[in-house]
Amino acid sequence: MRFIYFIISGLLLIALCVLLDTRIVLPVPFGKILSPQEGLWQNAESVGIDYSSNFNFDQLEGKVDVYFDDRLVPHIFAEKENDAYFVQGFLHAKFRLWQMELQALSAAGRASEVVGDVALIHDREFRRLGMVYAAENSLKEMEKDQATKSACDAYTDGVNTYISTLTKSKLPIEYKLLGCEPEKWTNLKTALFLKYMSYDLAGHENDFEMTNARNYFSKSDFDLLFPMIQDSLVPIIPKGTVFSSPKIKTKIPPFADSIYFKFLKETPVAEEFEKPDPSNGSNNWAISGKKTRCGAPILCNDPHLGLTLPSLWYEMQISVPSHNVYGVSFPGAPSIIIGFNDSCAFGFTNAGRDVRDYYEIKFKDKSKNEYWFNNEWIPTSKRIERIKILGKPDFIDTVTYTKFGPVMYDNNFSEKINNSKLAYAVRWTAHEKSNELKMFYLLNRARNYQDYQKAVKYLKTPGQNCVFAAKNGEIAIKNQGNFPAKWVGQGDFVMPGFDDSYAWQGMIPEDENPFLHNPPSGFVSSANQRPTDSAYPYYLGRDYPFTRGYFLNKRLAELNSVTIPSMMSLQLNNYDAFAGMAKPLVLHNINQSLLNKVEYGYFQELQSWKCYDEVNAIAPTIFQLVWGHLYNKVYNDEYADAPLNTLRPYSSTLLEALLKDSNYVFVDNVKTDRKENLKEIMTVAFKEAAIECLKLEFEKGIAWGKFKGTHIDHLLKISSFGRGDLPIGGGENAINAVKSDHGPSWRMIVQLTSVTEAYGIFPGGQSGNPGSRFYDNTVNYWTVGKYYPLWMMKVYEHNDIRIYYRMHFNN
Amino acid sequence: MRFFISLVLMGIMSFATAMYFPWWTISISCFVVAVFIPLKSWISFLSGFLSLFILWFSLSFWINLLNRDILSHKMSMLLIKTDSPILLILLTALVGAIIGGLGSLTGTLFRLAILSKRKD
Repeated sequence: MRFIYFIISGLLLIALCVLLDTRIVLPVPFGKILSPQEGLWQNAESVGIDYSSNFNFDQLEGKVDVYFDDRLVPHIFAEKENDAYFVQGFLHAKFRLWQMELQALSAAGRASEVVGDVALIHDREFRRLGMVYAAENSLKEMEKDQATKSACDAYTDGVNTYISTLTKSKLPIEYKLLGCEPEKWTNLKTALFLKYMSYDLAGHENDFEMTNARNYFSKSDFDLLFPMIQDSLVPIIPKGTVFSSPKIKTKIPPFADSIYFKFLKETPVAEEFEKPDPSNGSNNWAISGKKTRCGAPILCNDPHLGLTLPSLWYEMQISVPSHNVYGVSFPGAPSIIIGFNDSCAFGFTNAGRDVRDYYEIKFKDKSKNEYWFNNEWIPTSKRIERIKILGKPDFIDTVTYTKFGPVMYDNNFSEKINNSKLAYAVRWTAHEKSNELKMFYLLNRARNYQDYQKAVKYLKTPGQNCVFAAKNGEIAIKNQGNFPAKWVGQGDFVMPGFDDSYAWQGMIPEDENPFLHNPPSGFVSSANQRPTDSAYPYYLGRDYPFTRGYFLNKRLAELNSVTIPSMMSLQLNNYDAFAGMAKPLVLHNINQSLLNKVEYGYFQELQSWKCYDEVNAIAPTIFQLVWGHLYNKVYNDEYADAPLNTLRPYSSTLLEALLKDSNYVFVDNVKTDRKENLKEIMTVAFKEAAIECLKLEFEKGIAWGKFKGTHIDHLLKISSFGRGDLPIGGGENAINAVKSDHGPSWRMIVQLTSVTEAYGIFPGGQSGNPGSRFYDNTVNYWTVGKYYPLWMMKVYEHNDIRIYYRMHFNN
Repeated sequence: MRFFISLVLMGIMSFATAMYFPWWTISISCFVVAVFIPLKSWISFLSGFLSLFILWFSLSFWINLLNRDILSHKMSMLLIKTDSPILLILLTALVGAIIGGLGSLTGTLFRLAILSKRKD
């Protein structure tokens, strides 16, 4: 009998242990997670933690000293360059390992391995886009170059050395929650991470949506909905600049009018699942000493990207005998990405050029082994993609490669395609060999304009507006990348891939990329607008925001004896340039006599608004809602019968059209017999918006900050690991482009006086550990628009009171 | 007296094994102590239960104190959908306590089973 009691008790014990140690029944293994010696408590870092320590690693060639300041920014002093990259890798891993792992897996289309089949579509899309293929091509170039190869090798070694010191209890909390373990870092993962940035910044296109619009609308309507160039454009390169005649003469294929620009009603083409944020934008500018109070150039940059925790950026200083550079780095890649050294400063905004096009492919049969090209059947090559899925059997996908690139959409992937012989291949510059890391490597060491020019040549994809300023007084900006030379309209729509007549006819020679060096205006700037006016001899596409650039150029032209505080207030400027143009038009067209008391109250609010998107103002909310309703009133009737994924015009297109002509053809509702005019629909739009405003007042609040709801999500969207409801103004059309989950991911101002004076901030913190006080310690400061002084530490300052922790690395 | 000796021993051994081995080895520690220190079954359970309750409570309480609740706020919202560090600490202690108590009880029952066999 007693034996039975023992057996029962023993079985119960084993069952409980299994239950609490695994995910068989519970979503998380509660025993393992709660164990104070193994689980989450091990990630709860003491607020008084001392990071100081000494390490000995055989691979090091010399001594490395790292000094951390009060924000946990490391200042690395190394005798040998590669040792500095080793320590950079080590520190990235120490503070950001989980983030590096997830980003690399995600870029490789392997996210399902850790998060399960919710990521399967993402993974398939990334494999079909050829992300790994692209990273492999890029890795070949990176490893061909001795400098970048040894930097990557040292960096990878640093990451892996840190991983090998980890015990299970010290794993970042996300590993414990998902039940996975770190994988070794490789140079390929660095390449993958850089490709992920290419996807984010140069992966945006609307080819399918545009094709549907072309198939649905008449040519004249289409041209009105999607104009080539905006009237209010202030390009990066001043209007009127004369360009030399193009070295590559593009030819429009014969019969393009009937084959390509056909404007015929046709069935819609495939739709995409995942898209990078189209408004991944940014501001950067450099002001020459002529316009600054101190007489030295000032460079400013605020890249607008998805806001996440842990932050995309990791701030650091790297000082080696050959150079000394400070700025933000990408956890996942060696070197400083945006920053300054002892001679100059550099920064980036997205060029937004269209470098990703689709070609229609015709297969011989459903085996997809051959496709029709230049009047013959050509064999395809195939890449088998095995996608591992957490808790599920592997998924096998076959990606077919053509002359243009990998087939992204076919009947195996897109439900909209029911013809097994039809497919769409993607041609993307990111597939080509390139070594972007070399640009950062050289910029970190640049001393003058010539060095900058040599460095930016290495940037192929993503195309960027590279801004530069040097202590010797030079300023410059270049719209740099590997851009296809296109005829007007090429790549706007899905192109026929049955022969090479629609293929890219060449790449724009690098020296023909738009650039500006020491202009008479005394400043250079970019805010993702179209780089040039229509005089540029190559086709630039149609998809550029212009409002921020318009206002920024105006302000920079007005400003004189510029100081650092005036640059801070410019970066934080909440003036809504779009509303500035649209407000008079809106007010003028509202029939006030038809407004009730509540509506009139909102009207007055709008009337007295100075067009600043301030956090507590209610007028920005009213304006946004009115404009939204107006937009729908104007276009919804025309789009009522169009396929779902048909491109809609940009808001700015409507604005410019109405400013030019209040009898804009789309104002009339085609679904009614009457002819509506702008006054009528504006008044109705306003009344509808007023109802929404009233509802908001009783719900979450109508103040702009509440309405916009800026938040910073954790990479796994664990809500308590993120920061919600940040009281912050700004918006899409303000220089301070803070949207709901997107905005200035790093604000930097560098004054290139003999002793550099620099300020910066990113929302987040240096540590990726949600249990650290350095996880989100800068968020509040960022929200209220403050900056930290960036301390370019000198080697003799190693006893400075600003130093909190010291790490010493020896061989 | 034996109760307290067993309680303290279980705590020390559980702490030591969990430093090198998975968390559930606390049950083995309690089992072993209970085999060698004779206690009535229900007192044995109580001894393992209390021992691990105190151990896991004090460890997590201390860590949380040094961390100033930073992580426990976030994790309590994630795991128990309430923003309460102390509840998370109590839950931690309870999980340890149940495994500890059951380990200890199993140890005692094992001893009794062996003893009764010898008597036969």
